[in-house]
Amino acid sequence: MKRKVVSTMLCAAMAAGLLAGCGSGSSSSAASSASSASSAETTEAVASGSGEAVKSGSTAAAGTADASGHTYAIVTKSAGNPYNEREASGFKDTIEALGGTCIVQNPEQATADAQISVINSLISQKVDSIAVAANDANALSAVLQQAMDAGIKVMTLDSDVEASSRMVFCNQAGVKEVGQALIDAVYDITGGEGEYAILSATSQATNQNSWIDAMKSIAESDDKYSELVLDEVAYGDDEPQKSTDQTQALLQKYPNLKVICSPTTVGISAAAKVLQDQNSSVKLTGLGLPSEMKEYIGDDDSHSCPYMFLWNPIDLGKLAAYTSVALVNGQITGAEGDTFEAGDMENSPYTVTKNADGATEIILGPPYKFDPSNIDEWAEVY
Amino acid sequence: MQQKKSFWKRLTGSREASLVLILVALLIVVTILSGGTFLTPSNISQIFRNNALTMLMALGMLCVLLTAGIDISITSILAFSGMTIGLLQKYDILHNTFLLFLIAALIGTGCGLLNGLIISKGKVAPIICTMGGMYIWRGLAYVISNNNWASGADVSGFSDFGKDGSVGPYIILAIAYVVFFIVMKWTTFGRRIYAVGSNAEAAEVSGINVDKVISLVYMIMGLLAGLSGALSVSIYASAQPNMQYGKEMDVIAACVIGGVSMNGGRGSVVGTFLGALFYAIVAKALPLVGLESIWQNLIKGIIVLAVVLLNVLTQRAMDRANLERREL
Repeated sequence: MKRKVVSTMLCAAMAAGLLAGCGSGSSSSAASSASSASSAETTEAVASGSGEAVKSGSTAAAGTADASGHTYAIVTKSAGNPYNEREASGFKDTIEALGGTCIVQNPEQATADAQISVINSLISQKVDSIAVAANDANALSAVLQQAMDAGIKVMTLDSDVEASSRMVFCNQAGVKEVGQALIDAVYDITGGEGEYAILSATSQATNQNSWIDAMKSIAESDDKYSELVLDEVAYGDDEPQKSTDQTQALLQKYPNLKVICSPTTVGISAAAKVLQDQNSSVKLTGLGLPSEMKEYIGDDDSHSCPYMFLWNPIDLGKLAAYTSVALVNGQITGAEGDTFEAGDMENSPYTVTKNADGATEIILGPPYKFDPSNIDEWAEVY
Repeated sequence: MQQKKSFWKRLTGSREASLVLILVALLIVVTILSGGTFLTPSNISQIFRNNALTMLMALGMLCVLLTAGIDISITSILAFSGMTIGLLQKYDILHNTFLLFLIAALIGTGCGLLNGLIISKGKVAPIICTMGGMYIWRGLAYVISNNNWASGADVSGFSDFGKDGSVGPYIILAIAYVVFFIVMKWTTFGRRIYAVGSNAEAAEVSGINVDKVISLVYMIMGLLAGLSGALSVSIYASAQPNMQYGKEMDVIAACVIGGVSMNGGRGSVVGTFLGALFYAIVAKALPLVGLESIWQNLIKGIIVLAVVLLNVLTQRAMDRANLERREL
């Protein structure tokens, strides 16, 4: 008898735990399981949002950034990552300031599969636009095409997909500019000659690969960099443990290594810790979050990273929000030469341009350099 | 008859001994492939440090598997306890290394005990119960993190414990293995775990409180997972809600390589240690031997499967030999 009571109570506690886990997961948009993508809250918002959209869709005045009556979705790379969170918050705040409804979806893992199921549910919720930071350049094509066929405006930010599967791409910094900044940093820190290695995220990460390719092609095309030798591109899969293993392996395999360049926030902080703990003479640069890297940035030997780069993820989210609104209002179509106002943003108005491959994009600005003089200030921000 | 056993027979006659042989063979191959630079003191220490979590949790998993159970919620418990102590530091609530470890261990123990009670008293299948736990604790880690990481400067004092060059992680590992070796071999509790796994009904009849043993086993697993959460934050100076995602399979693999049976009742602390060590050496060696990153998972899978197959064959040969001896 006693056993039965205990077991019933435990089962009840377990069920309650499950419910609580799912409920809070989706309302804070952590989407702890992909199937919980439509919490009661968001479905309601969408229902009323799309209802109004039908009414006001034709009357939306072109030219003014008004988002009222529409629903705008953003799909980040994964949940639980401060960079993605800042990006989504910039997007959300802007959409809501313009009077629109915003849905933020963070897949639990940084995979294309997780994004596909999230996007599918957004299509069935009939949102007006979807902005995606893609985890894979090709795998999302079919589902995004399906979204566009359903009349949804599709754009990408942070990490792109094939040009035909989206209308425009909000680029945090031109691929060439990032590649140039990184290779120049390697050139500067090595003193112009020597061996360097790259520690990337996954081998399919679109943005990582395009920056690395840009670095390589710049290094090949200019004699200035002829004394630099790229030893290896290692992949830490954005996991601290694997990135640590890979960094240690790089140090061991290449005793003459001078610089590691890691264009990913998890990789750079894992590598920074390995180098700083070992008091290694190998230096580090790349792309990292100031708040994560504060401890490692400094000019002296006791710090592993002299300087690094990034852009403001909040601004990138904002730009994506203005772009989504302009797309939904019909003000732009994502064609080259389209121009739109982006509120109080620094480089407003923004213009759609073509990149080297002929795909259309909107560039936020040049990458920003973080060094010992400004790191403390920025570490407070993000 | 017993004394005439040949050297070869003695080697193939025990799973631990055959694992040692495999390990030696692996080390020789890796040393050759890496140009003789593999077995350096710094490499050996990194192997233990970087795989301390798997090695620690493998001990708990050994106990769980011995009772014919399984626990797939361990890395979620790890993330929840690790995230909790990471945030305690981020918001400057607590910076005492010992207390932080204690809190993480207590959280883990609580989570594990809940698993154990649901499985033993509620008669829920272990994989189902711990699957629920897997979502709950991971979900809670995401919820409390609120999209923040605790890393770098936030955990700077705490991470000295697991820093490269600090002996902290090795001491924890050494103590854990010695304690488990003693408990499993020479105490009543250790023998009860084996008894429950071999035949739960017989154990019950002989007066063992099976429910209690099972609850305790999951509680111990939780304790180790909680400790691993603190250790992880300390070693990687970073608490992220997705930490060690999917790594529970590594822990189970380490046990299975070490000859622990998924059907319960069979396995040893030494075998678990060798299995975890094997797994750790493979993880360390693959990036070093000049294999392209994208090939590493594939090769890892093949190696694991090959060793397990070899293990099964050895076991079968052993059983046959035992049977023959009895017939004689």
